[in-house]
Amino acid sequence: MDTQLKRGLLDVCVLAAIQEEESYGYQIIKKMNPYVSISESTLYPILRRLETSGLLTVRSAEHGGRLRKYYRITPAGRQRIMDFAGDWQEILSMYRFIVEKGSSE
Amino acid sequence: MNKEQFLQAVRRRLAGLPDKDVEGALAYYREMIEDRMEDGLSEEEAVAALGSAEDIAAQILMELPLPTLVKARSGRARTLRAWEIILLVLGFPVWGSLLLAVLSAFLAVYAAVWAVIASLFLAALSLALGLLAGGAGLVLFCVRGWALWGVLCGSAGLICGGTAILLFFAVKAAARGVAWLSRRSCRWLKTLFVRRRNAV
Repeated sequence: MDTQLKRGLLDVCVLAAIQEEESYGYQIIKKMNPYVSISESTLYPILRRLETSGLLTVRSAEHGGRLRKYYRITPAGRQRIMDFAGDWQEILSMYRFIVEKGSSE
Repeated sequence: MNKEQFLQAVRRRLAGLPDKDVEGALAYYREMIEDRMEDGLSEEEAVAALGSAEDIAAQILMELPLPTLVKARSGRARTLRAWEIILLVLGFPVWGSLLLAVLSAFLAVYAAVWAVIASLFLAALSLALGLLAGGAGLVLFCVRGWALWGVLCGSAGLICGGTAILLFFAVKAAARGVAWLSRRSCRWLKTLFVRRRNAV
């Protein structure tokens, strides 16, 4: 798959994974796994990117005698998911155009 | 490989990067291993599930902005250069002359190859002139009434011309071959440098 496109989609997937409640890295991977297989090393830069662009916040909390990072979605992150849902209609019609043109020739 | 060995292996490959980036990444992978162990995996299995330390480090490096990478690289080189520079200067009479000798030997061989091609090309040219001279001889002798000598001269000219054409194409092919070889060696040299720069 086109890496640039996949990158953008994975960002939204990760946001969707923490949409309902804050979550930690391993749980995010497990949540996504039935739909999207994502590796730890792919997730790490995505989390950092989403944090620096203010779409999620990070807090460290103790868990079983060690620190664990929890990721919480921000209002801007929720907006991003909404925007994506809006964009999807456009993407879908582009997809139809591509497939129909591709098969008619 | 256990958790600490794995994290040390990643850390070694990130040497020279800002502490903030290194510690952030290591904390993330430490947490991942511990969460997997909590999920029922053994330490070894949890580490193995992450993939190789090389891949992890390479991926972290790929995500960093280029200026950070360059700074990390040059910082590492400078620590070596301090004592190496003394050796380099002291050893210059030895390695300098050796390098010069090797380079000039290569250059000489290369120039000789082109010289052979150039001389063969000139030979083809002179043979072509032979064709002209043969033609002129044919006309001159025939005008004077020495037909036999004229035919002899003309046929010698034709032989010269034929050889010139054959030689010309042979030399052209040879020149192309040498040029192709030069380009190939040039590209090979380049890949050596790129590979060295990419090696983490």
